[in-house]
Amino acid sequence: MESIIKRITHGQFWNFHGGIHPPEQKFLTKNKPIRTLSLPEQLILPLQQHIGQSGKLLVSVGDYVLKGQALTFSTHAMTVPVHAPTSGTITAIKPSAIAHPSGLSGMCIFLASDGLDKWKKREVCQDHRSLTKQQIIDKILSAGIAGMGGAGFPTHIKVNTHNPINYLIINAAECEPYITADDLLIREQSASIFDGINILDTLLSPKHILIGIEDNKPEAIQVLQQVCKSNEKIKVCVLPTKYPTGGEKQLIQMLTGQEVPSGAITSKLGIVMQNIATCFAIADAVINDTPLIRRVVTVSGQALKKPQNVWALLGTPVNYLLKQCHLQKPVNSNKNQDYRPKQQLIMGGPMMGFSLASDNVPIVKTTNCILAPSEQEIPTDSKEVECIRCGQCADACPAQLLPQELQWSAKAKDQQALDKLNLFDCIECGACAYVCPSQIPLVHYYRIAKSEIRQQQVQNLQAEKAKMRFEARKLRLDKEKLVREAKHKKAAEARKAKMATNTPEASNAKSAVAAALARVKAKKAQSVDNITDKTAIDDNKDQVVNEQTNALQSSNSSPNKDNDKADKRNQVAAAIARAKAKKLAAKKPFIQEEPEQGSSKQEKVNNKTGAKNEQQKTEKTNSKDAGINKETKIDKKAKIAATIAKAKAKKLAKASEDMQENNKKKEKKTSTKKIENVKPAPLDNNIHDSGLTIDDKKAESQSNKKIRIAAAIVKAKAKKASQTKQTKNKKATSPKPNDGDDKKKRIAAAVAKAKAKKQQHGESN
Amino acid sequence: MAGIIDSILFTLIAIGVLGTMSLLFGALLGYASVKFKVKGDPLVEQLDELLPQTQCGQCGYPGCKPYAQAIADGEAINKCAPGGDDTIKKIAALMGVEVQPLDESHASDNTPKVAFIIEEDCIGCTKCIQACPVDAILGAAKQMHTIIIDECTGCDLCVAPCPVDCIEMVPIQQTVQNWQWDLNSIPVVEID
Repeated sequence: MESIIKRITHGQFWNFHGGIHPPEQKFLTKNKPIRTLSLPEQLILPLQQHIGQSGKLLVSVGDYVLKGQALTFSTHAMTVPVHAPTSGTITAIKPSAIAHPSGLSGMCIFLASDGLDKWKKREVCQDHRSLTKQQIIDKILSAGIAGMGGAGFPTHIKVNTHNPINYLIINAAECEPYITADDLLIREQSASIFDGINILDTLLSPKHILIGIEDNKPEAIQVLQQVCKSNEKIKVCVLPTKYPTGGEKQLIQMLTGQEVPSGAITSKLGIVMQNIATCFAIADAVINDTPLIRRVVTVSGQALKKPQNVWALLGTPVNYLLKQCHLQKPVNSNKNQDYRPKQQLIMGGPMMGFSLASDNVPIVKTTNCILAPSEQEIPTDSKEVECIRCGQCADACPAQLLPQELQWSAKAKDQQALDKLNLFDCIECGACAYVCPSQIPLVHYYRIAKSEIRQQQVQNLQAEKAKMRFEARKLRLDKEKLVREAKHKKAAEARKAKMATNTPEASNAKSAVAAALARVKAKKAQSVDNITDKTAIDDNKDQVVNEQTNALQSSNSSPNKDNDKADKRNQVAAAIARAKAKKLAAKKPFIQEEPEQGSSKQEKVNNKTGAKNEQQKTEKTNSKDAGINKETKIDKKAKIAATIAKAKAKKLAKASEDMQENNKKKEKKTSTKKIENVKPAPLDNNIHDSGLTIDDKKAESQSNKKIRIAAAIVKAKAKKASQTKQTKNKKATSPKPNDGDDKKKRIAAAVAKAKAKKQQHGESN
Repeated sequence: MAGIIDSILFTLIAIGVLGTMSLLFGALLGYASVKFKVKGDPLVEQLDELLPQTQCGQCGYPGCKPYAQAIADGEAINKCAPGGDDTIKKIAALMGVEVQPLDESHASDNTPKVAFIIEEDCIGCTKCIQACPVDAILGAAKQMHTIIIDECTGCDLCVAPCPVDCIEMVPIQQTVQNWQWDLNSIPVVEID
């Protein structure tokens, strides 16, 4: 480090690669003093004027605020509060155009000034050395100071570093053309600047303080050298004029010879950099208890009659500044009278500034210049042509990147190549675009590529989150399923145990079982050539189980009442189970088609076995479930009402063979019809209520009812396949022997299956 | 005579040594192939990383992992609608197949959307909660339901189950944070 100081003392600085020398154009404003403007009528204060998050509001519409009063407060480390630049009333707090290249709006406070400019109570602190470091940092935070060089990083974070600092670098380079704000500020307010530097000295205790300034500001250099004599640590370093000397990495390299590695934080290298205007604001805040409410803005450009530096209150709309500097209407050099040239407005310098879409945009803490160039100064129509691979861009790049390669990769959206070429090390200075003979807007392409990569990273994070949640949900559902099955198993075992005991209930159950077996035999005899063995056995099994349960249940209470209740419950459960069975049959070709049975329990068991089969083939099930979900989307509404209708129908009319035939053949066709006809009924397990509401539907033909029932069956089956909760509530009742042929039932099931497939296709198309 | 015996001996020794070495290495390789066998298919994991994880089912599979598995088994790569052409390109690069345009059966509108529940109409039935594959809906039976925007992937699965049709898909608002430097979208005002 000694050698570095030696070199600095001798004025031998380093250099950075590339750089350009655009015409300075500073003559327009550099010989005029900073002008104080009259109060504008309305101030628009964006809540966020820095990097980070906006603060929380302290005021509301209609409040009267004093000059310097805090309007927001900080809840977060990266939050900087905003203060009222003048006294007045808050007229609105709403989104409005802010100083951002996108032209999008941000939340702003609209302040109508009352002309009195009344200050809030302030306490002057004579000696900042009497304050502790934390007190100074708190003062900086509550004064709302953010980096005023253009980036707007919260100052209280930057100066609150615990790393040992070798160099505190004050950036007075102001390398961009047109801008003379810092130059004039130094000349007029050097004492305050010196105070600010001393405060930073107290905070950071650096080994050396270097003020980097370009040699095109001779008066400012002289002033600084004069005022900084009393602090030996401070060295005024005069650097040759080159753009972009004022860039942080470039200035560090010029002054200390160190190259900042990609992605590194400079404070970890022992270097802290602050803009010289920020030093002024720090002094104002700590000593004069004045929050950041105004700044020097260069209003320049040859379209103005009186370009000048002004003390602009934060929140001043740009059109006010332009009026004060007498913006001239653009001269229509074009012969065509209809063509009205639009005045170009740039916020910032010509290299790093952005065009403003509207002139109602307010000045913020990071605005150092407003440019109103004439058409000759900065032409608006520059046609981009093909890259001729001249390589001048790489010569000019101060970050030693390859702009030509970056341009090819950015246009091709090749993210891997952009990563390799260190796209995110680009400081967007615009030197490459300035030298490009083909006038390619290089920085624009880099910005697009950067934002796309950032967006991609955000999306990847979100995808990760979504995946985790999905997995967690799957796990939870599987667990619940296992618990449910365990419960079912236990109940079944309990039932069997009861059957085995030698009690009157058990013997009742056994006789019921025998009766069921007899019934099954009789049915078998009826349609012997249609029923496959498996279905018969299934029927048998299910009937037996049903009889068992029914017998057990009926034995517990009085027979008559029970039968009635059982009847109703039977029908409901039967309907649902039928639907389920149908759905299963439609879904799984390898499960035998279940004929419609009057016994709900039987079908419930069928469905359970079917469901168990599903579980065994997890992946297929999952994919089918997806298909079913789609199916059930349309079906669910009709399902509910249809279930209810079904129950009612069963209750009122014993199924006849004809109706069942019609049912099965038409069920799918009318399922869609039902959606329009049936109003969405609230999920209601109480059959009585739903039964009552369907009285009016009694008038419909029984075939229609059956159609609905059948459709409902399908839907309920689908529902059952994905959710098993409903069946728990519906108790099994004594089975009602279906008179319908098994053949017809199978036909209906086949039709249902076909319909289901058709719907699935329809959904995916 | 001794020379012939010597040469035969040397040959035998050479064969023996090489044979032993080959047996040794063979045994080593066999052991390694069993001990260090990679469980599962890393290709499926890689494919899953590329997919957008909306778990919407538009591809016909119940989630992104099953579709990744299917692609590894030879399924067409152009079925993911939320992924769009970018994802198809990446999958094509990974699988070494031709880039195909997105399946026409999917909607072409790919603006990112999130679901929104109109609270006046919500009846608290929990059907949408059961449908959401990433649990992005907050609510309970007979309580108000609401979408957690940060978790919603815009998969559309909740819209259909709602019995009162109170869920709609709303495009994500463009803010200063997610602006993509699309200069054509800036509203321009004439300055007089």
